[in-house]
Amino acid sequence: MKVNRKTQLDSEIPTASMPDIIFMLLIFFMVTTVLREYSGLPISLPKAKRIEKLKSKRHTSHIWVSKEGLVSIEDKLYSAEGVRHVMYEKRVADPQLVVSLKADERAKMELISDIHTELRKADALKLNYSSKTQVD
Amino acid sequence: MARKRRFKGGEIPTSSMADIAFLLLIFFLVTTTIDMDKGLGMVLPAEGEELEINKKNILNCLINSTGNVLLGGEAVEVRNLARTVRQKLVENDKLIISVKAHSASNYMDYVKVIDQLKQANATRISIAESG
Repeated sequence: MKVNRKTQLDSEIPTASMPDIIFMLLIFFMVTTVLREYSGLPISLPKAKRIEKLKSKRHTSHIWVSKEGLVSIEDKLYSAEGVRHVMYEKRVADPQLVVSLKADERAKMELISDIHTELRKADALKLNYSSKTQVD
Repeated sequence: MARKRRFKGGEIPTSSMADIAFLLLIFFLVTTTIDMDKGLGMVLPAEGEELEINKKNILNCLINSTGNVLLGGEAVEVRNLARTVRQKLVENDKLIISVKAHSASNYMDYVKVIDQLKQANATRISIAESG
C-alpha cells in the first residue's frame, strides 16, 4: 500500500515581521550601551584566575591608581589621605558601596596599603581588586 | 504662474526599513562595550577591630620587593602557593593567612598571591600593614 504524500510545505521565512525583530534587538543594544562618562587613569590591570563579577554598577565606586602613584576618583586626583573623605561621603550615601580598586600592576604596595588604611577609616570595607581574566 | 501638482498616494516605502534597522543595529552592536567589572573580592576588617589570635592558627605569608614569597618561614613559588596552602588548610581549618607585602613590592605580585589564596579556598585572609 502506498501512501501518497503530497503535502507541500510553504518553505519561506516570513519577512514581514523582520523589521520588528530587528528593532527589538536595536532597542536592546541602545538601552544597554553605556557611553563612558569618565575613563580614569591609563593603567594595565593585573591578571587573576579566581575572579568574581561585581553585581551592580550602581553600588560600585572606582579608585584608579596609576603606576606613578597617582590616585584618582571620578576624574579628580587625590592624595592617599584624601581618599578617606570622599569614600566616607560615598559610604554614607550608599551603605551597599563596593569599592573597585583599579590599580596598575606596577603600582607600589605602599600606596595600596595606605588606601587600605584609608578605606578602613572611611568604613568602606567591601573591596574588589579589579583584574583581568588570566588565560593559561 | 502656479503649477498644479498631482498628489499620488503618499506612502513611505517600507521595503528598505529592515536594511536601515540592520545598519543601526550593527552600529550599536559594534559600539556597545559590555564591560562588566570583575576582580578579586575582599572584605577589609573594620577600624579598631583587632583580635588576639592563637599563634598556631596564623600562617604568615610575606612578599618581598622582588615578588618572592615566604610562607610560614619557607620560600614558596607563587604558582605552587595554592597547593601548599590547601594542604595546610586540611591540617588546620582554623588557619588564618596573614599577607604582608613589602612597601616596595608590586601590586601585581600581591594580586597573584591573593588569587592563589582564593584558589586554595582560603576564606580567612588578613592583610597586615606593610612596613
